[in-house]
Amino acid sequence: MATVDGMAAIRETFFQECAEQLTEVEAGLAAMDEGTADAETINAVFRAVHSIKGGAGAFQLDRLVRFAHAFETALDLLRGGKIALSETLLKTMFHSNDALADLVAASRGGGEVDERRMDALYQKGNETARLLRRLGQLGEMTAHCDASALPPIDKLDPGGAYLSWRIELTCDEGPAAIEEVFDFVVDDCELTIVSRQEDAPRSEDEVRVVSPDSPLAEAPRSDVAANSPEPAPNRSAAIDAARPAAEKPAGDHGKSEPASGATIRVDLDRVDRLINLVGELVINQAMLSQKMMEAGVARTSGIDTVLGALEQLTREIQEGVMATRAQPVKPLFQRMARIVRELAEETKKSVRLRTDGETTEVDRTVIERLADPLTHMIRNAVDHGLETREARLAAGKPEQGEVRLSAAHRSGRIVIEVSDDGGGINRAKVRAKAVEKDLIQADAQLSDGDLDNLLFLPGFSTNSTVSSISGRGVGMDVVKRSVQALGGRISIASRPGLGSTFCMSLPLTLAVLDGMVVSVADETFVVPLTAIVETLRPKKSDVHGLGVESRVIADRGGFAPLIDVGRELGCRADPADPLAGVALVVETEISARCALLVDAIHDQRQVVIKSLEANYRNVPGIAAATILGDGRVALILDVDTIVANCSRGAFASAQVLAAAS
Amino acid sequence: MSNASATVANEFIAFRVGTQEFCVDIMSVREIRGWTPATALPHAPPYLRGVINLRGSVLPIVDLAQRLSFPRTGATQRHVIIVVQVENQLIGLLVDAVSEILSQATDAIKPMPEVATDSVKSFVRGMLAIDDRMIGLIRLDAIMPPNIETAA
Repeated sequence: MATVDGMAAIRETFFQECAEQLTEVEAGLAAMDEGTADAETINAVFRAVHSIKGGAGAFQLDRLVRFAHAFETALDLLRGGKIALSETLLKTMFHSNDALADLVAASRGGGEVDERRMDALYQKGNETARLLRRLGQLGEMTAHCDASALPPIDKLDPGGAYLSWRIELTCDEGPAAIEEVFDFVVDDCELTIVSRQEDAPRSEDEVRVVSPDSPLAEAPRSDVAANSPEPAPNRSAAIDAARPAAEKPAGDHGKSEPASGATIRVDLDRVDRLINLVGELVINQAMLSQKMMEAGVARTSGIDTVLGALEQLTREIQEGVMATRAQPVKPLFQRMARIVRELAEETKKSVRLRTDGETTEVDRTVIERLADPLTHMIRNAVDHGLETREARLAAGKPEQGEVRLSAAHRSGRIVIEVSDDGGGINRAKVRAKAVEKDLIQADAQLSDGDLDNLLFLPGFSTNSTVSSISGRGVGMDVVKRSVQALGGRISIASRPGLGSTFCMSLPLTLAVLDGMVVSVADETFVVPLTAIVETLRPKKSDVHGLGVESRVIADRGGFAPLIDVGRELGCRADPADPLAGVALVVETEISARCALLVDAIHDQRQVVIKSLEANYRNVPGIAAATILGDGRVALILDVDTIVANCSRGAFASAQVLAAAS
Repeated sequence: MSNASATVANEFIAFRVGTQEFCVDIMSVREIRGWTPATALPHAPPYLRGVINLRGSVLPIVDLAQRLSFPRTGATQRHVIIVVQVENQLIGLLVDAVSEILSQATDAIKPMPEVATDSVKSFVRGMLAIDDRMIGLIRLDAIMPPNIETAA
């Protein structure tokens, strides 16, 4: 069993490495696309693909090996300057990388491979005719194809290698020149070069590996012979290329170093454990300081200096440890690059994705959970944001649209922006749609910003035709919810004719959260700051009882349900006096606005999130726990659940009241 | 010890709840610490006193007296929390005092007499008879509330 487990672990490592290699390839191709590539870039891409092939061979992932090989061969031609970098080639390369990623995913056990696209790619790989043509340039050549190994057509693997070639070449070059022709396939076929006198044994050219259709379709063409330079019969050689050799040894894992230098792989659990301990250290340090102050030993004794240094150190350790969980957003952005390419094809638009700040680092959980909303936004930008080619030209813009994706650190948060240079939000259309969908009153006075924000309402979609890409009416509201679930905020800025920008501001880590420390019936709770829209002190005239249990509070001309947090969580039996407390107006996905009644607000601070489920279980109304400076546990409220629990009664009656007023 | 000759010896930590003595297998005990005020959990059964901070993780505290249907413990700093591991979770048992470590053969554990009420029976696996003392062995996996949705 141990060996099976060990193998599974190695396999897992291989796939992790594949992911890195694919990133490397994507980066290299992007550099080529931008014209900033040098010889090393192509080498790096080549090595990455080669590593994938090597690893795949060790795990007998034949399809992956075959494809990676074809890709690698093409890259090698490029590397050797044998083919020139053209736009078409680059496009194919990008597709190849996508296909390679699909294959890796399929090999890992998930994802379907788009075979149709693969076929097209196989054709761009090794080509027998090219090899023969190059040989023909060396001297006079006769080539014999041995098709005896061809299986019956029903057993034929279109990508298999069945043909062998015997090539007689008369030239004045040494064997080295001939070897050079086979430079890029030599790893994968058996190549024997012998003098003419010797008998050339049966040979088989591996080139057939990459041919998608009948292997006979690519028989040597007549121009091979015609290209021969003047005969020089003083030397001759028979070249024997045979069936692909076994994969390159797994040891040839020539892993290209990432630009950031040496890295090690660490189990996530260990990192999380370390983060936990450091969090504890920070709390302990705070408690120590507090106790010292209380004991009155500070100031004179120099202890405060030492304590200050300790505080500085703990903070630095915490930042350092947190940083180990941080990863650059680059892989995420590169996934988006692929989505843009595919969408551009689907929508027949010409799109260029520009990325900025790819090295910005953020917690890996944030990255993982950002993928879906970001995909949505990118799709929206290409599908809805950018105009058609014709419309762009008519508006005097370049035919190629541009989508920008940028990441940056700003005041302890990460800001990710998706912008397009399209037509901007059509506010008249948005308004008409919102009225049609009964989301706003026909005569509602709304600012441009308010109109733009209507996009985030559930069930809103302006595109009258529902395309397969976006516009199923589950667009931006889902994005907004996912961003909020991450403790983030999202906003839109749009200028007619110039494009739109979506800006997401997210916490750097999910391990800490900005919270408001409040008290309810002698208990301390933390309310996530992202949920709170405003706080207000209820006045007697604002609060109205509704039935036996529920109350509402006047809020911006309407009524919002007033939720007594203390009663809801069972901290107290009697309803709290709203006039003595503070109302936190929150926005949730269920109801637009809702007021949470608490006794007092104490503080606003960053808290370290601790799981309740680890040793207990999920508690309704509680999102997680945290540890405050005094070492005690405080619970973090799950605003959505609390509102949902109350909404059945109170929210319904508030709506009745609002409708009546 | 009376059973020193027995081949398989197990160690137990004995503690006091009210006037009675109970014990748990020492292998499931992670640490013993003093009482600190717990943060109450909403929607929790009354014997669950809340959660405390155990070096960065959140530890639920069960008032063992109340769980065994004795009166609620008026916890002070002299009270003790025994941190035990049940499956993959850590829980804290609030008890009056830890008395000693017992070394007993496994066959010294006697089944519960039939007279015992259901509430005690479900939390006590067996009895250890040492001299004239009767010590109940706590069934740890029954201490926490069954994992059903407690939401109204």
